[in-house]
Amino acid sequence: MEHGSYQDQSQATFSLTDEDHTLANSLRFTLNQDPRVTFCGYSIPHPSDARVNIRVQTTGDPASEVLKDSCQDLMLICQHVRSTFDQAVVDFKNKNSLDAMNIGP
Amino acid sequence: MEEEKTPKISVWDLPDVPKGKLPAHLELQRTRVICTPDAATNTENIRYSGAYASMGVDNSLRLGHFRDNFRVEVVRLTEDDMEFDMIGIDASLANAFRRILLAELPTMAIEKVLIANNTSVIQDEVLAHRLGLIPLKVDPRMFEYMSENDVPNEKNTIVFKLHSRCERGSSRIKVLSNELQWLPRGSELTVSTEKPAVDPTSRPRTYTSFNCSQDSLPEFSNNPIGPKHDDIIIAKLGPGQEIELEAHAVKGMGKTHAKWSPVATSWYRMLPEVVLLQEIEGEIAEELVKKCPVKVFDIEDIGKGRKRATVARPRSCTLCRECIRADGKEKEKEQRIYWDKYVALRRVKDHFIFTIESTGALPPEMLFTEAVKILEDKCERVITELS
Repeated sequence: MEHGSYQDQSQATFSLTDEDHTLANSLRFTLNQDPRVTFCGYSIPHPSDARVNIRVQTTGDPASEVLKDSCQDLMLICQHVRSTFDQAVVDFKNKNSLDAMNIGP
Repeated sequence: MEEEKTPKISVWDLPDVPKGKLPAHLELQRTRVICTPDAATNTENIRYSGAYASMGVDNSLRLGHFRDNFRVEVVRLTEDDMEFDMIGIDASLANAFRRILLAELPTMAIEKVLIANNTSVIQDEVLAHRLGLIPLKVDPRMFEYMSENDVPNEKNTIVFKLHSRCERGSSRIKVLSNELQWLPRGSELTVSTEKPAVDPTSRPRTYTSFNCSQDSLPEFSNNPIGPKHDDIIIAKLGPGQEIELEAHAVKGMGKTHAKWSPVATSWYRMLPEVVLLQEIEGEIAEELVKKCPVKVFDIEDIGKGRKRATVARPRSCTLCRECIRADGKEKEKEQRIYWDKYVALRRVKDHFIFTIESTGALPPEMLFTEAVKILEDKCERVITELS
């Protein structure tokens, strides 16, 4: 749900349901990294409701576009993390099985 | 007379100003948490993209830069737990993975307990609570969630039976978790109805409606479903006491109840960095090495009988701050040393040492992969909501 104005698309507050610090803090991090963003932050209006308000103010681009781009960036980061992690686990297992074979007679 | 005009040189062209990089003290502030004797300072991440714009340094996230610098190093990997290092990632992402591991990865756990007979001293609800906390060795991805209106069937329920009695005249027995028997065909307790069955040869209705036996599925035919550990004490029975019950396990998330959390726990810490600010030699070096309870420092001989302190194992530092606490009343005032002039304790802001201890449903490396996938799914949900 986007709360903004039709005249000025560059600033808006996005209210996401069923979310908490897990996604909001990561999104805030990727949003901050975008050079088009002048201000971004998130707040949780009440801890009993699973609702997060993310505020985005940009240098002219529509805020929803910038948020979408940040989500894409976050997804790319996650995919890279996953592939690097899988590779590291495979390398570790190979190294260990090699060591086990070398120690044997 | 005209003064000679000195040519104007931009400050960036001066020989000792590093171009495009931050000076050392700013780089320290950007990448290290400084731990003083009282508290940790400089903990916030300066992640605003234009933070160092006036210095000509671009602090923004460049995916290529992230991809080049991000590394994962596995330190220990066993069947149940793992420890690995993530270098080049931010605290918000590390925390997101930890939160997902604890609360949003689904598992199977016993939820409904149908008690036919319980004459033990353990109350019904306490027994049901204990059964719910037993970790089950089954891959939750093979099952679906069950909602209120769903009928329990072989795709969303696992049924266990527990029937144990202690005979009169024998001593007390312990009911262990290996007495939980898996019933692949579903529930055996019949639902009692008021009207007599119309057709006496039809099967009586039970509490679950399994269409086929779970045994016949390829995943379960060779590895039967059961608790991860066989020696968990569920209850203790005295002579003449009996427990007869049926337990149904369903899929759930740690958010709803902690029994559905797939990790015993999972935590991370930042890599500690211990730096000696001055050369420490002689007796002071010995004192420093003795101070540290986890033996971070070590003595090195530099010839002619002189000793010097070095940092041998910074990774095992627990940040107890013994090495920077100033000497107190145990020494005379003139002899007290203010150790924080000699040693600096810092933490590297983007190097995380992650530990994951699994309860047994899934191996820890698979748990982390699933957690990252769940964060991706959340992002995708936001994107679809926006468009």
